[in-house]
Amino acid sequence: MDLYEYQAKDLFAAHGVPVLPGDVATNPADAKAIAAKFGQPVVVKAQVKTGGRGKAGGVKLASTAEETEEKATAILGLDIKGHIVHRVLVTPASDIAEEYYFSFLLDRANRTFLAMASVEGGMDIEEVAATKPEALAKIHIDAIKGVDAAKAEEIADAANFPAEVKDQVVDTIVKLWETFVSEDATLVEVNPLVRDPQDKIVALDGKVTLDENAGFRHPAHAELVDKAAENPLEAKAKEKGLNYVKLDGEVGIIGNGAGLVMSTLDVVAYAGEQYGVKPANFLDIGGGASAEVMANGLDVILGDEAVRSVFVNVFGGITACDAVANGIVKALEILGDSATKPLVVRLDGNNVEEGRAILAEANHPLVTVVDTMDNAAAKAAELAAAGV
Amino acid sequence: MAIFLNENSKVIVQGMTGAEGTKHTKRMLASGTNIVGGVNPRKAGEKVDFDGTVLPVFGTVKEAMEATGANVTVIFVPPAFSKAAVVEAIDAEIGLAVVITEGIPVHDTAYFWAHAVATGNKTRIIGPNCPGIISPGKSNAGIIPANIAGSGKIGLVSKSGTLTYQMMHELKDFGFSTAIGIGGDPIIGTTHIDALEAFQADDETVAIVMIGEIGGDAEERAAAYIKENVTKPVVGYVAGFTAPEGKTMGHAGAIVSGSAGTAQAKKEALEAAGVKVGKTPSETAALMREIMNAL
Repeated sequence: MDLYEYQAKDLFAAHGVPVLPGDVATNPADAKAIAAKFGQPVVVKAQVKTGGRGKAGGVKLASTAEETEEKATAILGLDIKGHIVHRVLVTPASDIAEEYYFSFLLDRANRTFLAMASVEGGMDIEEVAATKPEALAKIHIDAIKGVDAAKAEEIADAANFPAEVKDQVVDTIVKLWETFVSEDATLVEVNPLVRDPQDKIVALDGKVTLDENAGFRHPAHAELVDKAAENPLEAKAKEKGLNYVKLDGEVGIIGNGAGLVMSTLDVVAYAGEQYGVKPANFLDIGGGASAEVMANGLDVILGDEAVRSVFVNVFGGITACDAVANGIVKALEILGDSATKPLVVRLDGNNVEEGRAILAEANHPLVTVVDTMDNAAAKAAELAAAGV
Repeated sequence: MAIFLNENSKVIVQGMTGAEGTKHTKRMLASGTNIVGGVNPRKAGEKVDFDGTVLPVFGTVKEAMEATGANVTVIFVPPAFSKAAVVEAIDAEIGLAVVITEGIPVHDTAYFWAHAVATGNKTRIIGPNCPGIISPGKSNAGIIPANIAGSGKIGLVSKSGTLTYQMMHELKDFGFSTAIGIGGDPIIGTTHIDALEAFQADDETVAIVMIGEIGGDAEERAAAYIKENVTKPVVGYVAGFTAPEGKTMGHAGAIVSGSAGTAQAKKEALEAAGVKVGKTPSETAALMREIMNAL
């Protein structure tokens, strides 16, 4: 789960990382009130979970409370790379002497964590990595030993942080590591980490990604979810414990196993090319495809107005195909008249004959059974095109 | 010979008395796996009857190994306790630990991997979040259904469970030396490269199917490895060609960010290494069928 800048900085503050004060506003009047409270020039920053806010006009300086209201009016509602701005962070403007870069992240290739640091911050770090790789220090972290003051100093030295601020940088690195570990983050990034004219170090921006698998030991993280910004279908699926991602297409997809469902999306996309249709979603119902899970899945997918046909693709490994077939039949009973879109079903694997026999017996008018994944994808695409 | 798991494997199950552990212990026994016991500190000393096979429960992995000569453990314990379970297996120096559990925090996986490395990698770790490993007709450690395909000469390594099953099903006429699901998490123990190296060295394996998916650069690194080290024919498949950027598709590792990690980049890297890559599972199976028929 990616956090907003203000949430990331709240976590930073809780772990002792130096940040500037700030408050979040959802409307221009509140932004004005916050600026008035600070009584000094402020920066109004769009809160969106994507980069390139500055270039998109999402970060503006305001010297008075009135001007803050104007800037907030301009920023709220902006579309930044498909993310609509619903909140702005109002924070005192700071003078900047130098901008640095710092992050802790997962290093999949080396199966551990990585610290990245550069005294050339402020810009896109991918660009620094590409154009001046020598300016970006990369230091592996031992997941057991972690980062103490000595390790932090090694990182600070590798990145050539200036002597005047090194102690503060070392201290900040240790606290960012504490944030990274104790919050179960997979990314903690500060860009820019700023040195002000008084040589004080401040995390001016923050990006944090939390590991949702660790939610069981962080009940407080649930409150960081922005329910309003979630796609309503994704929110509904989540409530029912389904692994669903809304996509931009017409063929609804239900399958078992993340890899098989990803593969199903590909096969449907290829088959859909000639018909001008695409997969409408990713939905993995996992191993136990009970009638209830199948009904919940179909309910979510049929709630997507863009869906014209549904492709149910199940390989019975542990799950038996007859159980899945019964699940489909019962799901259609549960949904009754609200099930209106054609269903293409491909079953294979464990008890496949029994499964196909159950569907043949039920003979539901919406259901077409097709033997192979490729042919079923073609049929689903064809039906979606016919239904557009 | 098969790789990592064979007829000499003596298997214990950590979490054998839990719901998943019980279910899959039965299935593993039914498929001929030599299971010699389970581990649960709260039920140490008890015996459990699995449809006629009575298995002892030990307090620790070490005790189980001493009493039974076990050299493989399959781990079904819940995510909150997985780190301790894997660390215990590593400390007991068991040869192979297959971690089935899904949803382990990545900080925990990073920790037990670092522990394995720090103690000299005496335990091979497969997973986490994986279906396990099967050497058909010899042993089955995990949740891969044993009835999909029998023994044969194809080696299979895959990030995904159901795609493993699908591919075994498509190629059941030929059979498999070993099929191994390495898991879809961002940090995993055994990698594509480890499996490729072992399949290359395995007399029984004549050709290899490698299944990847979007995210990370494991497939690209595997491609570089194949180019230098693998002389047996390799056929590849990568899931997620049409996945949108920045969306997590079920497997925590499967996030595409930027150009690195896309299915297209992986396909190109594999093809540059001489691997034939199928667009779909069926096409991939067809490519392998051609190779097997020509051998």
